[in-house]
Amino acid sequence: MKRVIILGGGTAGTMVANRLARELAPDVWRITLVDESKVHYYQPGFLFIPFGLYKARDVVRPRRDLLDPRVEVIFSPVEVIEPDRNRVRLQQGQRWLPYDFLIIATGVRLFPQETPGLMGEAWQRSIFDFYTLEGAQALGRTLARWEGGHLVINIVDMPIKCPVAPLEFAFLAEWFFTQRGIREKVKITLATPLSGAFTKPRASEVLGSLLAERGIEVVPDFYVEAVDPDRRVLRSFDEQEIPFDLLVTVPLHKGDAVIARSGIGDGLNYVPTDKHTLKAKHFDNIFVLGDATDLPTSKAGSVAHFQVEVFVPNFLRYIEGLELLPTFDGHANCYIETGYGKAALIDFNYEVEPLPGMYPLPGLGPFPLLRESRVNHWGKLLFRWVYWHVLLKGKELPLPAQMSLAGKWLNGAGGR
Amino acid sequence: MTAQVVSKQVALNEEGFLVNPAEWTPEIAEALAREEGITLTPRHWEIIRFVRAYYQEHGKSPTLRQITAELGVPTKELFQLFPKGPAKKVARIAGVPKPEGCV
Repeated sequence: MKRVIILGGGTAGTMVANRLARELAPDVWRITLVDESKVHYYQPGFLFIPFGLYKARDVVRPRRDLLDPRVEVIFSPVEVIEPDRNRVRLQQGQRWLPYDFLIIATGVRLFPQETPGLMGEAWQRSIFDFYTLEGAQALGRTLARWEGGHLVINIVDMPIKCPVAPLEFAFLAEWFFTQRGIREKVKITLATPLSGAFTKPRASEVLGSLLAERGIEVVPDFYVEAVDPDRRVLRSFDEQEIPFDLLVTVPLHKGDAVIARSGIGDGLNYVPTDKHTLKAKHFDNIFVLGDATDLPTSKAGSVAHFQVEVFVPNFLRYIEGLELLPTFDGHANCYIETGYGKAALIDFNYEVEPLPGMYPLPGLGPFPLLRESRVNHWGKLLFRWVYWHVLLKGKELPLPAQMSLAGKWLNGAGGR
Repeated sequence: MTAQVVSKQVALNEEGFLVNPAEWTPEIAEALAREEGITLTPRHWEIIRFVRAYYQEHGKSPTLRQITAELGVPTKELFQLFPKGPAKKVARIAGVPKPEGCV
């Protein structure tokens, strides 16, 4: 028997496990997935929880239920990966698992403790995150009865999971306070280390003007050094200060600690990965999927999905002795909630920044790109169902894995 | 050399970064720095050289945390040398692409 071990049962790990379970002959291949937690979170749904739009039950499922019965699942933290000996050591029972191929899908973790002042007494009183279920729920309880003041949303450093989520939070907060009738008592500021609202120039411009329309102030090039929870002030490395009444932080992200313990990551615990084949740069029988890579594309579920789509056929070639094809193009797409029952959509890859147009069918859409619309909002809401029932199961979605320029307006011209 | 002269000699992308890092010269760095309001000192050059060497070795530009960790420069000092987004600023002056941490 040959063995594939998948570390991590998040979006990437679950999808790849289910796809491989269907593709690999069960009498030859044993597929083992290891994760320390029995719970799978629909992380894009965390955004809606602070505004009472989703409840915990909408975003939580038992991990085992989402995995094909042919996948062996072990719930245990991983102590170390030993690539030179083709084995991983589990914390539970202190046992070694040997592998023929290893797929690392260990994702990213949040490190609020690395910003001085974030995690003191003010944590979950006047300082919150919404990238964890607990954080999003605590923030929801506060927002429901908040009487107004200065709401500051701060991104500590890039890269982060879903780089549009802080913008979506700002848009939804603006809508939420308007619904509650206290909009005029609230000032909303987004303080970001980026030079504008988003990482890519065209989208940054469009999203920047939408933020301005809604009266949301953007403070660019803001690198937070520390938070003073008593004075309620954010301080940057170059001595700018931003006072706040309510701080929503997107803490520092790093790869899983097992990557550091195994000595196979960069300074932020991301695994150096070939950007087109997804093979670990330094190991020929290790692949890296999802947020665990050091690739220059967004850390997002859509990226994990497109990676799995191109990885699986490539892996089937590889185990037959054929070379890997450079098929991954960095494809990402994201709905961006903008409040008031609308959303925008962006679609991009390593080379092509988000452009206006229609997606996925050229001219027909139904989803307009880089522009607000109601249909995009319904697309985002529908997506939760698609995630649980289609995407994680590894069923085919009628979307090409590689980005297409068809339907995109290269010069920004076209029907607005 | 002024920034206008730079843009006539070498191609810059829409964000003002050199399209081809091989076309970089120390004179171009001086001109781009001047445009950013920075006068280059030996300390600036130490960081510029590190960023270029890092790019040549890894094929990508270092992020803020990579510069401070690997060169041992305090973050505070880096912000004094290259105000407002030092990783981007030093990459631009060093003629290498915008750091990929920003995606």
